[in-house]
Amino acid sequence: MKMDIVVTVNGQKYSASVEPRLLLSDFIRDTIGLTGTHVGCEHGVCGACTVLVNGDSVRSCLTLAVRADGADIVTVEGLGTPDRLNEIQNQFHEKHGLQCGFCTPGMLMTAMDLLKKYPLSSDAEIREGLSGNLCRCTGYQNIVAAIRAAADLRNGSAP
Amino acid sequence: MKPAAFDYVAPKSLDAAVAALAAANGDGKVLAGGQSLMPLLNFRMTRPAVVVDLMHIPGMSFIELRGDTVAIGAMTRHADLEFSKLIAAKLPVMTAAMRHVAHLAIRNKGTIGGSLSHADPAAELPMLAVFYGVTIKVQGPDGRRDIPAEDFFVSALTNCLDPEEIVFEIDVPVLTSHAGWAFEEVARRFGDFALASIAVSFEVIDRRIADARVAVMGVADTPRRLRDAEMALQGVQSGAEAAAGFAEVVRSCVSPESDIHVSAEYRKNLIGVLAEKAFTTAWMRAAGHAP
Repeated sequence: MKMDIVVTVNGQKYSASVEPRLLLSDFIRDTIGLTGTHVGCEHGVCGACTVLVNGDSVRSCLTLAVRADGADIVTVEGLGTPDRLNEIQNQFHEKHGLQCGFCTPGMLMTAMDLLKKYPLSSDAEIREGLSGNLCRCTGYQNIVAAIRAAADLRNGSAP
Repeated sequence: MKPAAFDYVAPKSLDAAVAALAAANGDGKVLAGGQSLMPLLNFRMTRPAVVVDLMHIPGMSFIELRGDTVAIGAMTRHADLEFSKLIAAKLPVMTAAMRHVAHLAIRNKGTIGGSLSHADPAAELPMLAVFYGVTIKVQGPDGRRDIPAEDFFVSALTNCLDPEEIVFEIDVPVLTSHAGWAFEEVARRFGDFALASIAVSFEVIDRRIADARVAVMGVADTPRRLRDAEMALQGVQSGAEAAAGFAEVVRSCVSPESDIHVSAEYRKNLIGVLAEKAFTTAWMRAAGHAP
């Protein structure tokens, strides 16, 4: 049994016929070929596959692709380009907020949502917000610094 | 593909969803937010023949004040509860607990009906259900029935529902006169399931506790309301001795087990420490000294 879905990803419409058991993460990577979204644990613990669905961060490995029919999705490819990084990507660059880069797409998408929803007035609050994203290089310090800087810019205080 | 193959139905009404579950002959699973079911499907720990998705049923997501009750639709997401001004005003313990529910990306999808139905003994919403004494409204092939929270949770990951029944609403009584309250939790990592947690609230009249509510989780195979501890708080006045006394009572009410994370002894000590902290915070709130 296959189902037809239409999903908007980074502003572009994709139509596909998919099995109901296909995960959104596999749809994004394999069906439409956007491999910026990384797949780590595939059971909702590591946060690497986090994308924005209708503006909210979600684990794409814990979502069926059929449930995204009609949804508006943003993946890391939709944030910026190498020439024009968005502000959060820019701060990850400035603060060296990545080492191997595997967790980075999930960290960026999570940061986008955290900046939208929380004051992030303390580093503790940032760490709390990032607790669902694992970095096995353990480079958390600079990731927190990057989000700190992005939050300060948003809040209008000098980083 | 991670999950085993299944038939997928997304009915447009609760009646049709119940009928689809009944037609699955016990081999159907309800998909709400998917934040507990999807890992189980991905691991193939559960292999249902039919997945019945509730996402297209209208009117299942709402938060409404009805007299002294807050009615919550079963498909209301954790994030909706976390950021609700109505919940913050009427059910402050719930608001305090919501940030401990997993992580933002999970809260953006997970639902109250799903979390209650999953019945994890160390999850916040089942504990809050027992704490507030909610009524869980369910629909099955024979119609609707109301289930008190304490009857709903049978053991770890087990509720009292028939396979064809679906939770559609949760009615939460407001603890109207309780000015003192606190929620305390310790987990290995922020957002993980609790090692232990306690919720306390009480009414203070003439500087003595007149009415108290106490619930704990992580220390038994279901969340538990501690009526003995509530009784022990009657007439109590503030002070370090009272807080320590409350901690002892709470410890005496629970007999946790050891697991891969911590020993039974550690848990028992921890719940007492959290009880003491919660008592003190609740008193400060009752006296107007805490946010």
